[in-house]
Amino acid sequence: MILKVNDKNHEVEADPATPLLWVIREQCGLTGTKFGCGIGQCGACTVQMDGVAVRSCLTPLQAAVDKEITTIEGIASGTALHALQQAWIEEQVPQCGYCQSGQIMSAHALLANNASPTDDDIDQAMSGNICRCGTYSRIKKGIKKAAAELALTSTTKIENNG
Amino acid sequence: MGKWTRRAFITTGVLTGGALVLGVAIRPGNRARKVKGMIAGEGETVMNIWLKIALDNTITVIVPHAEMGQGTHTTLPMMLADEMDADWNKVHMMEAPGNKEYANYALAKGFTIGDKDFPSFLIDTVDGVYLTITKQMGLQMTGGSSSVRFTGNLAMRIAGAAAKAVLLQAAADRWEVPLEELEAKNSYITHPASNRSEPFISFAPQAVELSQPAKPKLKTPEEFTLMGTSLTRFDVPAKVDGSAGFGIDVSLPEMKYAAIKAAPVFGAKLKTVDDSEIVNMRGVHKIVRLDNAVAVVADGYWIAKTALDKVKVTFEETGNETVDQKGIYAQYVRDMEASLAGGDEEKDINKGDAEAALKNSGQVVEGEYRVPYLAHATMEPMNCTAHVTADQCEIWVGCQNPLGFANSIAELLHMEPDQVQVHNQYLGGGFGRRFVDDVALQAVHIAKEADCPVKLIWSREEDMRHDFYREANISRFKAALDSEGKILAWNNQYLFKHEPPEAPHIPYDVANQSIHYAMSETHVPWGYWRSVDSSMHGFFTESFIDELAHHAKKDPFEFRRDQLSNAPRFLKVLELAAEKADWGAALPENWGRGISLHQCFGTIVAQVVEVEVLEDGVKVHRVVCAADPGFAFHPDGFEAQMESGIIYGLTAALYGEITIDQGAVVQSNFHDYQMVRMDESPKIETYIINSGHYPGGAGEPSTPGIAPALTNAIFNATGLRIRELPVKNHTLRPSEKILG
Repeated sequence: MILKVNDKNHEVEADPATPLLWVIREQCGLTGTKFGCGIGQCGACTVQMDGVAVRSCLTPLQAAVDKEITTIEGIASGTALHALQQAWIEEQVPQCGYCQSGQIMSAHALLANNASPTDDDIDQAMSGNICRCGTYSRIKKGIKKAAAELALTSTTKIENNG
Repeated sequence: MGKWTRRAFITTGVLTGGALVLGVAIRPGNRARKVKGMIAGEGETVMNIWLKIALDNTITVIVPHAEMGQGTHTTLPMMLADEMDADWNKVHMMEAPGNKEYANYALAKGFTIGDKDFPSFLIDTVDGVYLTITKQMGLQMTGGSSSVRFTGNLAMRIAGAAAKAVLLQAAADRWEVPLEELEAKNSYITHPASNRSEPFISFAPQAVELSQPAKPKLKTPEEFTLMGTSLTRFDVPAKVDGSAGFGIDVSLPEMKYAAIKAAPVFGAKLKTVDDSEIVNMRGVHKIVRLDNAVAVVADGYWIAKTALDKVKVTFEETGNETVDQKGIYAQYVRDMEASLAGGDEEKDINKGDAEAALKNSGQVVEGEYRVPYLAHATMEPMNCTAHVTADQCEIWVGCQNPLGFANSIAELLHMEPDQVQVHNQYLGGGFGRRFVDDVALQAVHIAKEADCPVKLIWSREEDMRHDFYREANISRFKAALDSEGKILAWNNQYLFKHEPPEAPHIPYDVANQSIHYAMSETHVPWGYWRSVDSSMHGFFTESFIDELAHHAKKDPFEFRRDQLSNAPRFLKVLELAAEKADWGAALPENWGRGISLHQCFGTIVAQVVEVEVLEDGVKVHRVVCAADPGFAFHPDGFEAQMESGIIYGLTAALYGEITIDQGAVVQSNFHDYQMVRMDESPKIETYIINSGHYPGGAGEPSTPGIAPALTNAIFNATGLRIRELPVKNHTLRPSEKILG
């Protein structure tokens, strides 16, 4: 089977019912996506399938073939970090860091649909992701900072193009 | 469990939390050579056991603690670099190898630089530590909120200052100028008079031959350039792009994956295993029978897990199959009463005559409080990768005690500790859980039988049901108030005692105190849980104080404030929290405000919580946290730890409950062991007092005070006194005024 992850095709071999999480981690070697609960409760395994945030621990492999999978390893542009990653560093968001790939992937999907989310929007989009270190307030700050940065960048682009 | 990990480091009051350090200094020409092979690259000079300098003048600080989000991999190098006057932009960090050379001697003994024995500063500073630490040989621990206050303050700073001293001396010798004319700055030594300047490395080979002073002059806070600033953490970039290596991410050639199922009832042994359904299953490599568990080794984790689900296992009966939570509490009460009647209790504090004062007082108040068992529920489920050969064992794991793990593995395999190498990884949450070597021992056992490298991963269900739990406990109070509404006598009985020893103690002026405890053993395994005993006693004592304020018809803040005449540090922290929270200002209807004050691992924390009681529960709006850690070496990191400890404690207060039924844990995953999520996360404001006292911890001290501040706020809003956690088990109604 061919699985397309971060614009790269991976030849994988597994039972089609195998959760995408384990295929990404063990066969594609992309370990940024984490196992947390196995029942879709914690969000540590969040990846995007065609731009939609999904829990890879509950997504069978067969549902992921022919889809564009994006993981935490795939959101930077070359060496340039995504605005969310940059904001995460500036706000010093992570503590243990284990949940943060999932947090960033959920935030990434949120910003793709909502360029300037309110506090309530952020709460709603992010409450499927548990952080045991309690970094929630910094995650929220990070999302707002990234949203502002992205807004600025897109304005600049329009100006440049215009 | 290894022989090291339990009692070994909890026997003393000096090293609260135990945790420690150890690591040790190098004597030039002696232990430096031994560690050089482990830590030094081409051309690097190992100045002492904590630091090395490379040819390009970069300095690497060796940190003997695991990074689990508390920032120790950054703060400790800052402390060393500041004292050394190193250029922060050219400072790197390296976690100390899990090797006995980094723990063989205790801090006190081991940090004897040069050939001097046992420097007096340690005797003066931590009287009694030496004896304690020597008992802890073989430990290399992270916990007890200890890294900054012990390793940082007693080792890193001294190592940096001592290295600088000999570098300066070497420069003075070479340039033939008086030592006083030299300056160290940004990893260079300068002689302004002759306009000469050279990097540290050019003096390092000569400097390392000199005897480093055991008592170098340390900077005063006014001289700090790095300490007290919030530099960005070394570990953060790898935690935003998926590249940070946690234990679960390790990959080895020929590695297989294992899933495991242990006996639901703690202590039960494996009886029968029917693996007929999976013996020929594709991808299954081996079925391993352990003493109390069965594991399946396969080509992938999912194969291992699905195969394991098809194995039919039975376990021997232990006699604990009928134990349930109600029975445990009944046993607790029986044991507390029997112990009290029999007079065989342990005394904690006995001052004045509490019994007489209680008899003679007009107003006696009583209260009984309970807390449930709690699991750690680290985000990263327990896991360990092991590779065992005939004469060597290597493991890859994120743990809080690499050397303790190596020792118990050596014991299991009948090897020497030298033959066991622990490769410590980032910890996806520790909170005390990763002190325990259970999963590492399982992984080693399985890998040995499988005869290949094996990564063992626990399911979340396994993690929840085979933790080492914060114990359920009961605390009973009886106090007397005098005619002015002050506390005349305080009688408190509770169960068990671990760390920190002062957890049940109160800072208030109470002349007559009797604090005592009983024991009541159960089959449920106990473990260190963030803030340990303080996680219970903060709730017990600060709730009962609040009850006393109510009975004395006093404002809860003023009641506390007016009885802190012997505790000026506590008073300042309490007043700061009240001031910042605007204590006394009017709140909307159905809102309440609560306060707490508690010291934990050397840091005093006061919290004010604002809640709103809704039809369907309680909303925590705001937490104001004031803290006196002595000195916050990394203020932003300290603040992050306060926030973290509060959310951890709030989760426990609102939802945390592990219950026992039929001898086993009922809860299994995050759906029934609920967590505070972003939408319930309050606004937290932290205010720090740098009082100049000996540094306290950061990772744990904010956890104990959130539960009582919360339940005191609920009392303020509703009149309902919550005496048993978690809050979710109580029905709260807006505007309900029940007198507690």
